[in-house]
Amino acid sequence: MSEFIHHQTAHCENGVTMSLLQHHGVDFITEPLAFGMGSGLFYIHIPFMTVNNGPAISFRTMPGAIFKRTCKALDVKVERKKFKDPKEATRFLDEKIAQGIKVGCQVGVFHLPYFPKEYRFHFNAHNLIVFGKEGDRYLVSDPVMEITTSLSTEELERVRFAKGALAPKGHIYYPVEVGEITQEQVRRAIAKGIKRNCRDMLKIPGSIAGVKGIVYTSKKIRGWREKLGPRQAGLHLGQIVRMQEEIGTGGGGFRFLYAAFLEEAAVIMQNEELARISETMTKAGDLWRDSALQMSGIYKGRLTEQKDFDACADLLVEISAVEKQAFQELAKIKF
Amino acid sequence: MKKSEVPQDKSALENFTREVCYVKNEDGQYDTELSTGWEAKKVALDEAWKEIERRTSDAREQIKKGAASPILYFMEEKLMDFTVLSGYTGIWKFRIKRHLKPNAFKRLSDSVLKRYADAFEISVHELKNFKA
Repeated sequence: MSEFIHHQTAHCENGVTMSLLQHHGVDFITEPLAFGMGSGLFYIHIPFMTVNNGPAISFRTMPGAIFKRTCKALDVKVERKKFKDPKEATRFLDEKIAQGIKVGCQVGVFHLPYFPKEYRFHFNAHNLIVFGKEGDRYLVSDPVMEITTSLSTEELERVRFAKGALAPKGHIYYPVEVGEITQEQVRRAIAKGIKRNCRDMLKIPGSIAGVKGIVYTSKKIRGWREKLGPRQAGLHLGQIVRMQEEIGTGGGGFRFLYAAFLEEAAVIMQNEELARISETMTKAGDLWRDSALQMSGIYKGRLTEQKDFDACADLLVEISAVEKQAFQELAKIKF
Repeated sequence: MKKSEVPQDKSALENFTREVCYVKNEDGQYDTELSTGWEAKKVALDEAWKEIERRTSDAREQIKKGAASPILYFMEEKLMDFTVLSGYTGIWKFRIKRHLKPNAFKRLSDSVLKRYADAFEISVHELKNFKA
């Protein structure tokens, strides 16, 4: 098998998916294509739940879904395993590495030694590739890193068995069989990814998911200053900005990444409409950036009045409308 | 966002990595650009850490007053919630809540204390003799 090539990407799961598939000869796959085929874009605000004492908001689909869906759409057979016993998990990993297989691993970042302390929260849905072993160090391709890195047996075991929400339980996954992928299959995978994303953004019942979820958050924001006080309200806004803009998102809450996908899809599907909707999605991303700036004015203490919170909320209402329009137009396209 | 507008602000990413951003190039096509950080989100992260420090010093005060056990301090210091601490110790959440009370904490056996100490990456001695 050929030498493994490290790719840096915006988002870790896209990166692992893309790099593992490319390693298996799927040379056309890019990060935006993996993201789009996996219907990666999403929005959800889970009520009554807190993450690091702030609102539980996500701009992307659930962890693991992108790899699973993209591989399935391309008829790639996948092996995945979770473990109770860390030693057993390490034995299995060693076996695969000895066979020259490159594997994806879900890890927690709290104990990840090459991450700076500022980024080490108990976040358990990070993904990286183990592509070899030298002495007692595992060679690691972490998609957010510019270069490859390495981890000792103890370090890797520790992050693979991080505890808390979404505990990885040694989760390991890799493609086992990749056939010839036809242009027709690629087109079908794109169409399916778009349809599923339309469903997720437009059709989920209730008010907390998809484009309606963005309005839900806007309503919450209007009440935060009164309910939580300016300091706590500012921290809540800070949490939204971090979920939206921190490393791993590609900027604008994954919206730019999705716009890049639509642009690539327009060429492959030979559909001008997709290129036009890509522009709308870019606009949504730009608006998310504007809202992050407005929110930062509040948690910096520069903006303190109710009208400043309302301005954030108004922007979110506008974003929801822009994204609704984009997905309604996408839903109308006949592939 | 245009490629030329990608912020290159100082942030905690320094000496770690630069991040990939999806941006429009001069021809209006999507491209990637590396960023060293963005001030708007740097402040969000800084504020989150200030809040952690505030919670940790609150925990110290609680312990001084005799209203909480050292477990509360280390929980805050290690950014843990009950789910995370329960995961690392194997102790049920409702028991952990009880162990946050100074009297319940004093009665803990060394084997239970060891589970907490391991989760916090400290020694049993440090946990037992924590001075707020």
